[in-house]
Amino acid sequence: MSEIKKFLYVNRKAPYGTVYALESLEVVLIGAAFDQDVSLAFIDDGVFQLAKGQKTTDIGMKNFSPTYSALGDYEVKKIYVEKESLEERGLTPDNLLHLTYEDEDEDYAEKDSIQFVSRAELSDIMDQQDVVPSF
Amino acid sequence: MKLAVMVNEGPYQHQSADSAYQFIKAAIDKGHEITRVFFYHDGVNNGTRYGIPPQDDRNITQQWSELSKKHGLDLVVCVAAAQRRGILDADEARRHGKSGDNIADGFRISGLGQLIEAGIQSDRLVVFGD
Repeated sequence: MSEIKKFLYVNRKAPYGTVYALESLEVVLIGAAFDQDVSLAFIDDGVFQLAKGQKTTDIGMKNFSPTYSALGDYEVKKIYVEKESLEERGLTPDNLLHLTYEDEDEDYAEKDSIQFVSRAELSDIMDQQDVVPSF
Repeated sequence: MKLAVMVNEGPYQHQSADSAYQFIKAAIDKGHEITRVFFYHDGVNNGTRYGIPPQDDRNITQQWSELSKKHGLDLVVCVAAAQRRGILDADEARRHGKSGDNIADGFRISGLGQLIEAGIQSDRLVVFGD
């Protein structure tokens, strides 16, 4: 199993209305052990998964959003957020978590993981992938 | 072509299990190889043998079991998703002190690594979900 494939996990749903977001994150964390080329995309209501300041105590569910901040430690360095999906929901990049990773090629400098891409750009990115699980 | 299939919705509630089943039958007929069928989210409910659909309806779990027997399909239910939803094999039931198991013939419970591995080893991963 030495072959490296490009995995893009596509997240399309809001974080708490259904279990897709939570269980998608579980796949990403397990998948990190397989040393593949991993990236994540957040589109449609999926952009809400990265919203900062999530508070879930009143709905009786666990706030799993801190886990996104740990993705850098799992070598997940490419997180694409679709600009149109943000705009359609009245969100700006300032509303999202600040996700970073340490670049081992540059003396572990802290770098931004999130790249804001247009719908057309994301289409090209998807086209370059080998495996695209969508949630 | 080597095809891996992921099923993310439960039976009857949603058509994705039916669509996946029809897709797999058609793919096998065309000479393709199904490397694995991975059940995730509510898709794990495809693997309970305790469903009793009306007699004039299809029995989706039974269809999977029969297809698995006929073609040696590897039907894998995600353990983490299965535990949440009460899908257990004998080992899992014993480990968690539950009185019985409900996994259907042809299904096995294993980890998410089986999904990643199927993605790596197949030409395509085809996802059926909402």
